[in-house]
Amino acid sequence: MAVITFRQALHDTLRDEMLRDENVVLMGEEIGVFEGSYKITAGLLQELGEKRVRDTPIAEEGFVGAAVGAAMLGLRPVVEIMTINFIMLAIDQIVNHAAKIHYMFGGQSKVPMVIRTPGGGGQQLAATHSQNPEVWFAHVPGLKVVAPSTPADARGLLKAAIRDDDPVIFLENLALYNTRGEVPDDTEDDVIPLGTADVKREGSDITIVAYSRMAAVAMNVAEQLASEHGIDAEVVDIRSLRPLDRTTIVNSVKKTNRAVVFEEDWRSYGVGAEIAATIQEYAFDYLDAPVRRIAAAEVALPYSKVMELSALPTAQHLVDAVRATLAASGGSRRNGGLVIPGVTAGGVSRG
Amino acid sequence: MANNGSARSGSGGRAVANRGARASASRKRSAEPNGKGSSGVAEAVASPTSLRGRSESKEQLIDFYRQMVLIRRFEEKTGEMYTRAKIGGYCHLNLGEEATIVGVSSALETRDYMFTNYREHGYILARGVDPNRIMAELFGKETGVSKGRGGSMHLFDAEARFMGGYAIVGGQLPLATGAGLAIAHKGLDEVVVCQMGDATTNIGAWHESLNIAQLWNLPVIFLIVNNQFGMGTSVEKGSAVPELYKKACAFGMNAERVDGNDVLAVRDASLRAVELARRKRLPTVLETVSFRHRGHSVVDPDRYRSRELVEKGRALDPIPHFGRALLEAELIDENGLKQIDAQVDRMVEKSVAFADESPEPLPKDLYVFDYATEVPNIDRSLPGDHTGLADVGDLVAPNKQGVR
Repeated sequence: MAVITFRQALHDTLRDEMLRDENVVLMGEEIGVFEGSYKITAGLLQELGEKRVRDTPIAEEGFVGAAVGAAMLGLRPVVEIMTINFIMLAIDQIVNHAAKIHYMFGGQSKVPMVIRTPGGGGQQLAATHSQNPEVWFAHVPGLKVVAPSTPADARGLLKAAIRDDDPVIFLENLALYNTRGEVPDDTEDDVIPLGTADVKREGSDITIVAYSRMAAVAMNVAEQLASEHGIDAEVVDIRSLRPLDRTTIVNSVKKTNRAVVFEEDWRSYGVGAEIAATIQEYAFDYLDAPVRRIAAAEVALPYSKVMELSALPTAQHLVDAVRATLAASGGSRRNGGLVIPGVTAGGVSRG
Repeated sequence: MANNGSARSGSGGRAVANRGARASASRKRSAEPNGKGSSGVAEAVASPTSLRGRSESKEQLIDFYRQMVLIRRFEEKTGEMYTRAKIGGYCHLNLGEEATIVGVSSALETRDYMFTNYREHGYILARGVDPNRIMAELFGKETGVSKGRGGSMHLFDAEARFMGGYAIVGGQLPLATGAGLAIAHKGLDEVVVCQMGDATTNIGAWHESLNIAQLWNLPVIFLIVNNQFGMGTSVEKGSAVPELYKKACAFGMNAERVDGNDVLAVRDASLRAVELARRKRLPTVLETVSFRHRGHSVVDPDRYRSRELVEKGRALDPIPHFGRALLEAELIDENGLKQIDAQVDRMVEKSVAFADESPEPLPKDLYVFDYATEVPNIDRSLPGDHTGLADVGDLVAPNKQGVR
């Protein structure tokens, strides 16, 4: 075990996979000579050469589509889109082509490729550089969409994504690149199956469902809830938006009887809508309170720091939502519904 | 010729006796994208094709004719089957483009790849794929080339390296470019043909793909089948530079325009482009000018084209034109041509019977092919599963859960 940054985990994994399989090629804007806008690919051009690390023109539709075509002929391209905001320019190639080719041609061609791209707000990058449109891709059959929150998950999921024969959208987040965490030494065991959620923290009072940066924030919030409010929250990091591990979410809610979804995308038709719908479909009778969603305000993210902060979900919002949910549910089922943890003085829910 | 920004018209280059280059094309040798000129349509004139000096064998030349007739009959039959509701969805025919299809395909080896748009029945036929399996796909049958999942616009045959019909205009260009990239990456000498319609030269993917192909030296032939109309919009109304091959000069790419009604002219130009791609790994824009004999799709009544224009266009029909050349060269007699027609008719009728008798895909196989790699939690539920009556994966149906 080593403690490294999220950035380092991505870099090392790309390098490991390129050394393991010569069909793995990197493509993207400024990933070679410039070493990547966020330096994920630093040093790889120098080490592995132009054939493996290909700087592309500013032409997202062109180079993403070229990666799809190259994948059809057996390469395993890993494309970097500088930020997810630019993915809109390539959406025809992703949705109408990469996602469809295996199915609509009766299984005759695979598209083994990965699109890595960072999203997220909070950097004062304003309306066109701060978005979280992952749900657009999570909506599309044929794609797989993952969004890790820790360096270890970043490593395990990126390995799985590169070795998978389907197109995978691999979501990163600008605010996670410098976060640190333990990562296993390079063994085959650290591949994390796509499509699996992870219970990052076990708890009995409420389920917090999140992914990517919000899952990292949720982990801090859960500790704060425990120490300051006596609330024992379970954190389900879904990690994979498509396929979505509904079973893990539902089983958690069946245990805690309450859920809050914490997401950075817009609320309307967002990831939380899918999760809340799943919970009411399969755990309705277990719910002691409505599922709440904490999501971004429905605006183009403004530049002004104070305005930007007012539009994005924060740890405090999550704390408030958890406490409100527990208050609304009349306390824990396990101690008779009389105590409202964190609201009623002395009320600590322990099942 | 290569990489110097040159674009030339069909009659330039090495001499091939009576290649059938058109007067209209040979007048336009300029490589300048002057923005004027025409799509070459109104000026196209059917001139007699001579087979003197050709290097192809008699059998080969007769086979070109046979293939063109096959495409013609197959497409006529397809139109008929569409009106009889055997074929659904959209359906675009290659009628009038047979010489282009056979000319280009004849220049390829079996190891070469082809990507096309949605007007592609003829191309997959010319790649040698069994007409039975193509008609079966149009009928939506399990025996179809795409197992009934694709339909008319999404034909595919991996073995023939026919890499798909694509129905989003321009979508196939980046894909074909990427195929060229994979070939270059592996150091192979295979070639990619990327077919498109005239109006595709106006879309962003055209510009991005040509730039990348030239920049990275990729063995891709961008084939513009200029049938003079993108649906109902004429080339002149859609493209600021109606001599479409000249658009290649923006990328310093080799380019050529030929008469798409002349199978041998198309073949010769294609052979030049293939040679360039295979030996020097350089891309080419090849524009063929021909005429769409019917509407954009089977259901298009074609009201935007005058009767005169349509009559003039149909008079350029490449099939009788090439048939006459074969007769004049005494490579075949009238009886021989009739035998080919009869043989092709039987083949097409057989394809209809095969398609008719083939089984439908089974609804239980709806999720076969959804993903190439199995991972946990893939949602394979059906609309009816969400009535609350059925378990979905590990999740117990709501109506079975009872009230707590």
